[in-house]
Amino acid sequence: MLLNIKNLHLEIGGKEIIKGLNLGINKGEVHAIMGPNGTGKSTLAAAITGREGYDVTKGEIVYKGIDILEMPPEDRAKEGIFLSFQYPVEIPGVSMTNFMRTAMNEHLEYQGKNPIPATDFLKRMDEKKKIVEIHSKLTNRSVNEGFSGGEKKKNEIFQMAMLEPTLSILDETDSGLDIDALRIVANGVNTLKTSENAFIIITHYQRLLDYIEPDFVHVLYDGQIVKSGGKDLAIELEEKGYDWIKQENENY
Amino acid sequence: MMEYTKPNVLKKHLTDLFEESKVSVFSKDKDYISALRTEAIAQFDKKGFPSGKDESWRGTDLKKVLSKGYQQFLHPQNQDIDLSKLFICEVHNFDTDILSLLNGWMVNGYARLKTFENGTIIGSLAEAMEEYPELINEYYNKSDKINEHSFSSLNTAFAIDGVFIYVPDGVQVDRAIQMVSIINHDENLLVQNRNLIILGNNSSLTFVQCDDSTNKLTSLNNSVTEFFIGENSNLDHTKLQNLNNKSTLINSTYINQDANSNVSTNAISLNGGLIRNNINVALNGQGSNANVYGLYLMDDKQHIDNRVYIDHKVANCTSSELFKGILDDEASGIFNGHIMVRKDAQNTNAFQNNNNILLKDTATIDTLPFLEIYADDVKCSHGATIGQLDLEAMFYLRSRGISEDNARMLLMYAFATEVINNISIDPLRERIDDMVKKRLRGELSICDTCVLHCGSPEKEVHFDIDLSKI
Amino acid sequence: MSKKNNILDEVTQGEYKYGFVTDIETETAPKGLTEDTIRFISGKKKEPEFMLEFRLKAFRHWQKLKEPTWAHISHPPIDYQDIIYYAAPKKKKELESLDQVDPDLLETFKKLGISLEEQKRLSGVAVDAVIDSVSVKTTFQDTLSKHGIIFCSFSEAVTNHPDLVKKHMGSVVPYTDNYFAALNSSVFSDGSFCYIPKGVRCPIELSTYFRINAANTGQFERTLIIAEDDSYVSYMEGCTAPMRDENQLHAAIVEIVAMNNAEVKYSTVQNWYPGNKDGVGGIYNFVTKRGMCKGTNSKIAWTQVETGSAITWKYPSCILLGNNSIGEFYSVAVTNNHQQADTGSKMIHIGKNTKSTIISKGISAGFSNNSYRGLVKITKRAGNSRNFSQCDSLLLGDKCGAHTFPYIKADNKSSVIEHEATTSKISDDQLFYCNQRGISTENAIGLIVNGYAKEVLSQLPMEFAVEAQKLLQIMLEGSVG
Repeated sequence: MLLNIKNLHLEIGGKEIIKGLNLGINKGEVHAIMGPNGTGKSTLAAAITGREGYDVTKGEIVYKGIDILEMPPEDRAKEGIFLSFQYPVEIPGVSMTNFMRTAMNEHLEYQGKNPIPATDFLKRMDEKKKIVEIHSKLTNRSVNEGFSGGEKKKNEIFQMAMLEPTLSILDETDSGLDIDALRIVANGVNTLKTSENAFIIITHYQRLLDYIEPDFVHVLYDGQIVKSGGKDLAIELEEKGYDWIKQENENY
Repeated sequence: MMEYTKPNVLKKHLTDLFEESKVSVFSKDKDYISALRTEAIAQFDKKGFPSGKDESWRGTDLKKVLSKGYQQFLHPQNQDIDLSKLFICEVHNFDTDILSLLNGWMVNGYARLKTFENGTIIGSLAEAMEEYPELINEYYNKSDKINEHSFSSLNTAFAIDGVFIYVPDGVQVDRAIQMVSIINHDENLLVQNRNLIILGNNSSLTFVQCDDSTNKLTSLNNSVTEFFIGENSNLDHTKLQNLNNKSTLINSTYINQDANSNVSTNAISLNGGLIRNNINVALNGQGSNANVYGLYLMDDKQHIDNRVYIDHKVANCTSSELFKGILDDEASGIFNGHIMVRKDAQNTNAFQNNNNILLKDTATIDTLPFLEIYADDVKCSHGATIGQLDLEAMFYLRSRGISEDNARMLLMYAFATEVINNISIDPLRERIDDMVKKRLRGELSICDTCVLHCGSPEKEVHFDIDLSKI
Repeated sequence: MSKKNNILDEVTQGEYKYGFVTDIETETAPKGLTEDTIRFISGKKKEPEFMLEFRLKAFRHWQKLKEPTWAHISHPPIDYQDIIYYAAPKKKKELESLDQVDPDLLETFKKLGISLEEQKRLSGVAVDAVIDSVSVKTTFQDTLSKHGIIFCSFSEAVTNHPDLVKKHMGSVVPYTDNYFAALNSSVFSDGSFCYIPKGVRCPIELSTYFRINAANTGQFERTLIIAEDDSYVSYMEGCTAPMRDENQLHAAIVEIVAMNNAEVKYSTVQNWYPGNKDGVGGIYNFVTKRGMCKGTNSKIAWTQVETGSAITWKYPSCILLGNNSIGEFYSVAVTNNHQQADTGSKMIHIGKNTKSTIISKGISAGFSNNSYRGLVKITKRAGNSRNFSQCDSLLLGDKCGAHTFPYIKADNKSSVIEHEATTSKISDDQLFYCNQRGISTENAIGLIVNGYAKEVLSQLPMEFAVEAQKLLQIMLEGSVG
């Protein structure tokens, strides 16, 4: 199993957000995590990637057979965990090219390899940009600075293509995207999908799942996965809304 | 009347006057006040009047003002003036209690301290010093930084009367309180009124402070106002300054805020020979917020000097400053905003903005927007601009058939409204809005707000408010 | 938080690489400052009478002055009688070629990465190397003289071009200007001189490298750059000093004159020894730099990267006298540990349609204090002038200070002045974003700081920019709060 989350409990500022979550993911799988706002979807992404201020009080996150809870975020990244941010932050003055090159070289160093020569790097950038239909200008600009919503999300998928992660988490990548950008982002993901990697797609709507077909759909509610199923579950959710889930859970 | 040639002569005169008064007027003081006076005069004596060399007075030259002789009343004067005609508030529908000061002394209704059922005390500071020594002891002259300014020390040394307001815990004062200070005397006069306003916890107050002249004679008003704002309390403060061209107003405002308190203070300067607003805000309690605004419209040879010092002493406070000014003719202006963020005052948000328009090449403005920051988790910014009216906007308006004069007026007014809009009391805002319009059209002189209309006797006198209130 | 603090404690500062001392024979004046000291210096330099007079006038004026106190800095009083005002590497004989330069000196500059051997320079940069009080070697003089460009030590200029020196010295920074300018004018020992004749674009970068080596000495050099009509020059200045426990004084003057349509770019990477992490030792850097845009359409641009010195007191300025002249100031000032910097610019608009730009980026870390102080003055006759200033501060850690003290004065209605300032820190979001892409916190800070300073660094000549970028990274490794 690539990722195995066991009985995860997590607090933010003393308030429990995730309350005993279990999730197992194998290579070659796409998992969708759905659920109403504020049920802990983004928190789960933060927990897997190691964001500070998210205190795991119980349980473990096992990735490639190792509990990664004590691992700093950059090492998790270098082990192949990638997060496509819901709100990618702007870093003024730092060019995308410089940023990506630094990131790639740190990955390579971690793998005990030599840094990538500049020409090879630029070639790789050009190749990968095509996957998400990014025009060259974007990579000359500072990281996310002045990018439109769609550009920011495309840029996230572009970085994913550059770093070739094993486990990618897409946090609400579809939010704020128009239909064209959504198609481009989804195509990008489908192109990158292999039998050797896995995806977690966090989304509120079923829309994205029309383009990226999930193997499993999980409903996260009040810090727990309360329902799991196949693609049909997403369609059912779209039809019935989340109230149905809420009622079902409150009736317990 | 005495004529002096140098500021240090005036200084000597004042320190001598103090010595004389110690055994006469001040001999009845409570010990606490008496000790304060002695300390304050010593501080004043040591520092003297500020000169152009003082960093905080750079650009404001007091030499001329301080080279004159001034008379100071240490007793209330009986004047043959119809007080009912002297004090007028032209604000329609403005439900307000008026406290009137004539030449620095409380007159009329509130000369006697009034205590209301809910415990609010309003009236003369002189009387409060007698009646409420415990409150005076706790608050009087306790403001942050107050002893660092020699004008404030001078005031402390001589202050006898002014406005005293005490609002107990949990009391919301519904009616706005308006203080109207008028100088009316036929000789150069030095006035040093002192105001003390105390808000307990969970209380609120609206306070309007008007400084007006009724004639065109020389005066020097060195006024000090201290505010103590308790936890969760709100103060809404507006200063309206409309004085003659021979007047000098040194207005020092000290605002001391406890946790979660909220203060909005507006300095609207429409006229005055030399106006200096010292605004000191001490954010002493977490979660407190201060909004400090100002508008100045100066022409002729008028001089305006606004100094704002906002001290973020603790974490989680916010402040925002906006000062805008239009300077015409040979008017000169200074704005100095100083945001201090102390070590550990984390999570501070502080913003400061100063925008100026010069209408003539003879007008000048200096702006000094300072930031002094010792904590890292802060969001602070300042901006300052100096320029003329937007020429493109001018052209746009004129291309729509608006005359150049009207276009200019519209743009100046638009420039000023950003500050005016921050005044929360509707009738007051409308009134100030009206005065600003008049001012911009050149129609407002101090005679317009003064009911005496000595300069233009043909004008009819309107009394828009119920005179029985004053 | 604790993790970050650990990094902060661990790497309080990148090592100061230039802290070594060279053992060279030095000739010094006795400690202290009197008229005799000045006569000694002037005599040593075999100066013409007018120079001695200039020095003595300056000295007599200096004696009447008091050290300024308005800057946001503090230091124990400086004992001006406890300083050696003249120190020079002992010369065996007149230098004819590089072979005759003391090999130890050559080694010193090699260690500093400054090659004095012309043929070994990859790109064309002419260097004037100044050690302690005197210039030891100026390269590429021959190449330059073909274009009529004079680039030599100040002393040589006094001997060979006394008229030019007489005409321009003190014309931009008079000895009466301020305390340290008066001090420098009395005791300055050497420095660089540069003259670009009419219509000449200087084909290579010129640079001066200043090095303090001897102990207990002050360094007082003086640079004069004259750009005649329609000329152009780009000038660079670098400096380092050994690590010593006592503070050393550096009080320099730089004067620039730009005539009609002339353009001068002056770039500095200031890396004087900043003292150790407890604030012991380091250079007190009190410098007066000013350019005069004397001609119409002239332009002077200052770019500075300030990383060194225990105290920096420095306000490179432009007097925009010629109509349509342009003044620019780009600055990155980094302070760490107990460093104090009070730096900024003055733009005095006198000519019509003059323009100025100030971009200042302060970075504070450790226990340091970093202040921007600047003056923008638009006089009555400077109609239609423009200024734009932006002063940003970045705080790394909660024990340092970042301050902004701009003075903005406008005396006419047709000019426009805009000033903006912000204060920020590196956000946790930015760090996490970098971490999530596999970039370590240290490298992330390096990236972000260089990004923050990019606007200024991009103004530097190429080889300086690379050096400056590295310097920023070394200085701030791990200091995040």
